[in-house]
Amino acid sequence: MILRLIERTGVFLASLAVSSVLVFAFMVVLPGDPARVALGVNASDEAVAELRRQFGLDRPLATQYFDWLGGLLHGDLGTSYISKVAIGSQVFDRLQVTLWLVIAGMIIALVVAVPAGTLMAARHRHVSGLALSAVSQLGVAVPAFLAGILLIVVFAVKLGWLPANGWTPPAQDPQMFLKQLILPALALGLVQGAVLTRYVRSAVLDVLREDYLRTARAKGLRPFQALWRHGLRNAAAPVVTVLGLQLATLLIGAVVVERVFVIPGLGSLLLDGVSNRDLLLVQDVVMVLVIAVLLVNYIVDLMYVALDPRLRTGAR
Amino acid sequence: MKSSFSIRAVALVAVAAVLGLTACSAGSSTSSGSSPAGEQKLTIGLVAEPASLDFTTTDGAAIPQALLGNVYETLVKQDDSGKMVPSLAKSWTVSPDRKTYTFDLVDKAKFTNGKPFTASDAVFSINRVKTAWTTSLKAAMDVVASAKALSPTQLQVTLAKPSNDWLFRMTTRIGAMFSESGVSALATDPVGTGPYRFSKWNRGDSIVMDRNDAYWGTKPFFQEITLKYFKDPTALNNALLTGTINVISTVQAPEALSQFTSNDKYQVIEGTTNGEVLLSFNNSRPFFKDLRTRQAIRMAIDHKALLDTCWAGRGKLIGSMVPPTDPWYEDLTGIAPFDLAKAKSMLQASGAAGKTLRLRLPTLPYATSCGQVVKSQLEQAGLKVVIDQLEFPAAWLTTVFKNADYDMSIIAHVEPRDLGAVFNPKYYTRYDDPTLQGYLAAADAGDGAAQIDNMKKAARRLSEQAAGDWLFLLPNLMVADKDIKGLPTNAITENFDLSELSR
Repeated sequence: MILRLIERTGVFLASLAVSSVLVFAFMVVLPGDPARVALGVNASDEAVAELRRQFGLDRPLATQYFDWLGGLLHGDLGTSYISKVAIGSQVFDRLQVTLWLVIAGMIIALVVAVPAGTLMAARHRHVSGLALSAVSQLGVAVPAFLAGILLIVVFAVKLGWLPANGWTPPAQDPQMFLKQLILPALALGLVQGAVLTRYVRSAVLDVLREDYLRTARAKGLRPFQALWRHGLRNAAAPVVTVLGLQLATLLIGAVVVERVFVIPGLGSLLLDGVSNRDLLLVQDVVMVLVIAVLLVNYIVDLMYVALDPRLRTGAR
Repeated sequence: MKSSFSIRAVALVAVAAVLGLTACSAGSSTSSGSSPAGEQKLTIGLVAEPASLDFTTTDGAAIPQALLGNVYETLVKQDDSGKMVPSLAKSWTVSPDRKTYTFDLVDKAKFTNGKPFTASDAVFSINRVKTAWTTSLKAAMDVVASAKALSPTQLQVTLAKPSNDWLFRMTTRIGAMFSESGVSALATDPVGTGPYRFSKWNRGDSIVMDRNDAYWGTKPFFQEITLKYFKDPTALNNALLTGTINVISTVQAPEALSQFTSNDKYQVIEGTTNGEVLLSFNNSRPFFKDLRTRQAIRMAIDHKALLDTCWAGRGKLIGSMVPPTDPWYEDLTGIAPFDLAKAKSMLQASGAAGKTLRLRLPTLPYATSCGQVVKSQLEQAGLKVVIDQLEFPAAWLTTVFKNADYDMSIIAHVEPRDLGAVFNPKYYTRYDDPTLQGYLAAADAGDGAAQIDNMKKAARRLSEQAAGDWLFLLPNLMVADKDIKGLPTNAITENFDLSELSR
C-alpha cells in the first residue's frame, strides 16, 4: 500500500510539473500582445515595447518561466498586468464563488444520480426503469449552458420565481445568495447527475449479477437489504472514479455556466483575462484549475485504495 | 415488492428535495431598483467591464464610460446635440491668433479627497498627459506649448499652432481634471470633482457609485448607482425583464428589441452614436490602387438591405465618416448608390473581377453578421470573398490593426471626430491622400466657419475616393423602466452621464 501511495504521489507531482510547462508554453504562443491590448489601437511601437519591458515580457522565456514557478511555489501569483491588483487575492475571491457552484452542483448530481441510478438498475426490466433511463439519456445530451438558458427562461423570465442572473456573497445576504445559487447549480448538477446516473446504474447492475449477492438473498435478505449491506460499497468504487472525473468537468462546466448566469467566479475571471491578454492572470488561473483537477484525481486514486481492500494488499 | 418500494421511496425523496429547494424561494420578488424613501438607487446594465480604472495607462471605452463626467470632470464638455458647453470652466476666450485659450474656472469645486480644485490642478492635469500617460490618446495634448495658472480660478493654455481639435479633445478623457494628491492609485481609487464618487468595484460584476454630496453643481437625483456588467446580450436582456437592472445601456442584439417594445413597462430609446461601421480597405494593397475597383465595391453593396438583414434595420446610412451630430455632417449616401450592373462593369474594366479578397472580421456581433452580407453581395458583383474570424481585441489588433495583414475588415470606429485619425497612411487603412490631409490641416487651423467648410470637403473627398465603405452608423439603442428620465437620446460622448438621470 505504501508503494502504491508513493507511486500515485509521484505521478501527481510529475503531472504538475509537465502541466506547468504546457500552461506556460500555451501563453507564449497565444496570438495577441498584452501591451498592445492595454495601450489601445493607436499606440506607438515604442510605447508598446516600453510596456512589454515593464511587464517583464522582454526577459528570456526560461527566466520568465522559472520566476513564475518560483512565485507559485511560494504562493505568490504575481500582479495583474492590467488591473495592477495582486492575482492571488483575485483568484482566492473568485475561487470561493466557483466552489459554491461546484459543490452545490455536485450535491444535486449525487442526490439525483444515486437513487435514480439504483432504481434504474433494480427495475431495469420494468417500464419505470426504462422511462428513467430515457430521461437520463436526454439529460446527457443537453449541455449545461443550454440547461441554464432553459431554466432562466422558465423559472426567471416566465414564472419570475428566481433571479435570472447575478451573485451575492452568502455573508452579505444569505437568502439572496440561495436564490441566485439555485438555477446555476441546477444547470450544472442536473446535467452531471444525468451522466452519473448512467454510471450508477451500470455499477449497480454489475453488482446485482454477482454471486455474493445471490448468496445474501439465499441467506434470507430482501433484495434491497442485500444491495444495501453488500452491494453498494462494491458499486461505489467505479462510481467514485467517475465522480472524480466529473468534479473536473463541473469545474470546467462552471466556466460556461458562470457566463450564462453572470456570476463573478473563476470562469469569468479566466475569460476576461484571455480577452484582455492579462497573460499572467490567465496562466495562474489555468494552473489553479489544473492543480484542482490533478488533486481531485489524486484523491480519487487514494479513495479507490480505501474502498477496495484488494488494492491495499498489493494484489492487483 | 416491499424492497422495490423502498428504492422508489429513496428516489422520490431525492426528487422532492430538489423541487423543494426550488419551491422554498418561490413567490418572493427579485426586484432591485427603488428602495425605501429618500434612498434612491438605480442599476444600469452595461456591456464591457473596465479592465482597470486608470484610463491614463489602459485603453478601452469602458473606463471613461463609467468615470468621465461622473467621477472626473473636464473643463468643457459636449451636450447631447454635440455643442460645446461649460463644465469646470465657466467660460473661455480664444486669442485672435487662435493660439491662447484663457479659461475662467468655477471656484467652489472640490475633489473627493477634500482638496479644492484650482487652476494649478488644471496645469498639473494637462502637463501630466504628456509625462505620465501611456495610451496613444495622449498625442492630442502634443500641441500644447505651455499651461499656466494666472490665478486660482484662471488658466491660460498656449498652443504651438492653432488647433480647433484640441479644445474638442479636452471634452474627452484627456481633458479629465486630476488632483495632484489624488493620482497615486488611479487603477483602483479614482479621485475627481464629479457628481458621483467611486464607492466599490465587485470585479467581474459591478461598479458602485455614491452621490457626491459635496458636489459644487446641481446634485444628482440618485443616491447610489450600480453599473452592472454583462458579457452576454441575452443575460443583459433577462436582467431587465426580471427586474435585476433598470436600464440596458446598449442593446447588443437589435432583433431582440420586440420583447420590450411590446411591453408597457419599458421605454425604448433610439438615437445616434459616433460609431461608423466601416468596411475598411487596405489601401496599400495593389488591388485597391484602382479608383474604379474601390468605387465598384461601394456600389455593389445594397446598404439598406444590409442594415435590414444584419442589424434589424436599426441605425443610419451615412455615406462617409461623419455622424449627424457633428457640425459638418451632410448626407453623402448619394455619392455611391447601389448599382449592381455598374459595379460589375467597373470591376471588369479595372481587371478586378474574379479576384479573391480576404475579409478578416473581429469577433463582434455586428461584424460577424454584416460580414456575411458583404460577402454575398460582393460575390454577386463578381468578386470572391474569403472570411476569417479573428478574436477581438487581441488577435484582430495584432493582425489587422498593427500588421495590416488584411484586404478588408469591418469595425465600428467609435471615437468622436475620427475622420483624420482613421484615414491616414500610418493607420491600418494605409490611406495616403495629400489632398485630404490639406483639408484636415486647414480645418484644424481655421476659424469656426473654415473648420466646417474644410471638414465637409474632407468627408466628401473620402466618399468620392472610396477610401472605404461606410456600411451604417451604429444606433444608440437603450431600453429602460418606463419611469426613468434623463437618458441621453444620442450617445456621442465617451461617458455615460449619470447626473441627469432621475425617476
